[in-house]
Amino acid sequence: MIAHIKPSSGAHVGANTSVSHIMWQVMLALMPATAFGILCFGWPALNLFIITVLSAVFFEAFCLRLAGRIAKPVIMDGSAVLTGWLLAMTLPPWAPWWLGVLGSGLAIILGKQVYGGLGQNLFNPAMLARVALLISFPVEMTTWANVSPLFFPHSPGLAESWRITFTGFENIDASTGATTLGFIKTEFSQNRLLPEILKDTSSFLNFIGWTRGSLGETSTLLLGLGGVWLIREGVIQWHIPVSLLLTVTVLAGFFHVMDSQHYVSPFLHLNSGAMMCVAFFIATDYVTSPNTPAGQLVFGAGCGLLIFVIRSWGAYPEGAGFAILLMNAATPLIDHYIRPRIYGRDRKGKPLEIPKS
Amino acid sequence: MLSFFSKPRIRGGVHAEEHKAATAALPIASNFPLPEKLYIPLQQHVGKPAEPVIKVGEKVLKGQLLAYSQGMISAPVHAPSSGVILDVNDYPAPHPSALPIRMIVLETDGKDERIAAQIAADPFQLTPEEISLRVGAAGIVGLGGATFPTAVKLNMGRENHIDTLIINGAECEPYLSCDDRLMQERAAQIIDGVRLMLHGMTNSPGANLHLPEGGRAGQPGMTNSPGANLHLPEWGRAGQPGMKTTNAVIAIEDNKLQAFLAMQAAAKPYPLINVIQIPTRYPMGWDRQLIRYVTGREVPVGCRSSEIGVTIHNVGTAYAVHKAIRDGQPLLGRVITVAGGAVKRPMNIEVPFGTLISELFSFCEVNPEKTARIIMGGPMMGDSLPHTGLPTVKATSGILALTQSELKNTAEQPCIRCASCVSVCPAGLRPLDMANNIRINQLDAAVDLGLKDCISCGCCSYICPSNIPLVQYFKYAAGEVMARQQAQHKSEQTKRLIEARNARMERIAQQQREEELARIAAKAERERLKAEQEALA
Repeated sequence: MIAHIKPSSGAHVGANTSVSHIMWQVMLALMPATAFGILCFGWPALNLFIITVLSAVFFEAFCLRLAGRIAKPVIMDGSAVLTGWLLAMTLPPWAPWWLGVLGSGLAIILGKQVYGGLGQNLFNPAMLARVALLISFPVEMTTWANVSPLFFPHSPGLAESWRITFTGFENIDASTGATTLGFIKTEFSQNRLLPEILKDTSSFLNFIGWTRGSLGETSTLLLGLGGVWLIREGVIQWHIPVSLLLTVTVLAGFFHVMDSQHYVSPFLHLNSGAMMCVAFFIATDYVTSPNTPAGQLVFGAGCGLLIFVIRSWGAYPEGAGFAILLMNAATPLIDHYIRPRIYGRDRKGKPLEIPKS
Repeated sequence: MLSFFSKPRIRGGVHAEEHKAATAALPIASNFPLPEKLYIPLQQHVGKPAEPVIKVGEKVLKGQLLAYSQGMISAPVHAPSSGVILDVNDYPAPHPSALPIRMIVLETDGKDERIAAQIAADPFQLTPEEISLRVGAAGIVGLGGATFPTAVKLNMGRENHIDTLIINGAECEPYLSCDDRLMQERAAQIIDGVRLMLHGMTNSPGANLHLPEGGRAGQPGMTNSPGANLHLPEWGRAGQPGMKTTNAVIAIEDNKLQAFLAMQAAAKPYPLINVIQIPTRYPMGWDRQLIRYVTGREVPVGCRSSEIGVTIHNVGTAYAVHKAIRDGQPLLGRVITVAGGAVKRPMNIEVPFGTLISELFSFCEVNPEKTARIIMGGPMMGDSLPHTGLPTVKATSGILALTQSELKNTAEQPCIRCASCVSVCPAGLRPLDMANNIRINQLDAAVDLGLKDCISCGCCSYICPSNIPLVQYFKYAAGEVMARQQAQHKSEQTKRLIEARNARMERIAQQQREEELARIAAKAERERLKAEQEALA
């Protein structure tokens, strides 16, 4: 007679997934875009990336210690690394070290741990930190380094990169400039029109990511590929990215056709700013997005609409961070109203009527 | 197949690793040595337990009635072999708790002597009522696991107008292959059982004539009262094709090609019986999922499938019906899959009810050191058993001995709201929100979210990357809600009784006061009269 004391209910077998596996898959999908970003912006970008990720892990461990929990298994789930990673991707590549540390602190402490840790937060931690930094440090957060790839003669070397990261850099004007979206915004204020503004902009370079921008957000191509791979792997669903991108495309297309002097083309919208990163990696965050496919479509469309509105008529050139936070706030509401229909019941939860034949 | 593209898609579900290959290729073993003792529970079905009709020490024959069914929903129990009754007492039940329930202990004599059986030469000459009666007397219950008495279902089929009889050959649980083997080896007998079931559900042809073609009786019982059948002279012909409108659909998951081909060949002569393949996706065998897939109809909450014109039986049940009607043999045993990583000789094996799992395990050479969990049923919905000293019953489709590496990891992590559980739920629930509410003891909120519509299929627990035992939460909550309702009902009853008692006491006191007052008044009256008389005198 074999005796087993502990009773347990089904399912006794399980799918071969785990939280950390999901997190590592997302990081794997981010890898090409991140590597490309570091290649484009050189050693300072690598410094900032490492600092941001390490400080995210440090703050996570610190909070867990405060809460009297054992930190190691929670760190190993990879969520803090991913938060730091995503935050680093949204920072200007040559940002000073303290911006990364502060951002990670905001993301992990205020964005995640005060709510009770993984799965409890209302807002996406990385976006929360990004928006808080953007409002608090507008200069540092909008100083965009020129593309200066690793090992190129004019790019900063290893020693110079440490100076850039830890003490800030000289001759700012020579090595920095504006992003495409920022440039358009400032030129509009000079009463110039789009064809003139965009005559030097290469949409192909925008597409592959050879342009000024955040550390890991420039390459539409690689972010898109990573995102599609995640969908194929079943880590994320297609609903949010598709509805977000489609909403932006349709809105931008409509306004561009109506007035191509003042509204940029949908292609430029998709190729610039944080669009791809947000659509595939930020908006699809499980914790802060709705649970049902229909809810996810609404969420994605809401994000797309807000991004377009802020970009077109707002004060900021890029509105992805704000759009995500606003829609995060609406997520509980979406989940409350958009529910799956229960078998044998109608949408309101009443039992179905027996069909009369 | 083309016609099924228009049907609603299957909802939710998971692709679980099948693990069926080890047993599905082997023939059903029938060389299981007859156990010396059989422990036969009196309740192996939904409903009231059966009541014993034998005495301790009595000699019984194989197939002899041991306990008769009690009440509307119940099933009798028969002796799986010949021998002597040793005891009628409480023994551990094949249930996670292993709490004692009433069982008959039969010591077999090894002769396996059969009791004389009642066999009809042509069962299609029997009335449908007679078929139902015989099925009921044979102790047949749904062998897919629900163990609902089959005769009751056949009767419901006659009372409502059923247009589709679905035979569930999905067998969607991993590891199990007993239905698969049964269909491969005994297709003709199953098809015969299906025909007998169709006959057993047949309405009077006269009643059908009143209905428009393809129409169903809107109000059950109006057009088809059982008594009406008796007036019809051509009763025996009712079972002939053309006289009835019920079709049978045998649905088999497309991972069981051999079974499908065998069944299709066996069903060929009967145009009313249609064998189809359905996608392999757990829980395809959930009756309501299958009904929606096959007929496009959805069973409303709180209704039985017969109310929408569909009834569903398992292939094993159809086989048991065949045995009962053709051979006069009641339900005495079944094919059980013994499988799992700790089983050296996994197989499908025909065993009598009441066989202890320990005997099955020694026959199949189960390694006790490697066994991390014993499961009765499949790994998705089955119950884990605390030990092997428990008997097999009518519901036992399989006994699994799983190793630690086969089991789901139990290291629970926080919910990351990935919503996998929402997308796999075949019932359309949101398991994560239900579990969150249950965790903070908001059971009413969980009920509002649909706790009572949960079928415990286990898809959510299966898919959860955080290893949250969701089904465990739901079963706990459902039990707790019921306990609370009972407690509330009890306290309401007590309150009502107290109030009634107080009112009664009040009334009695009032009555006594009134009587007292009346007595005083009468006395005063008497005294007054007396005084008057004295005054007059």
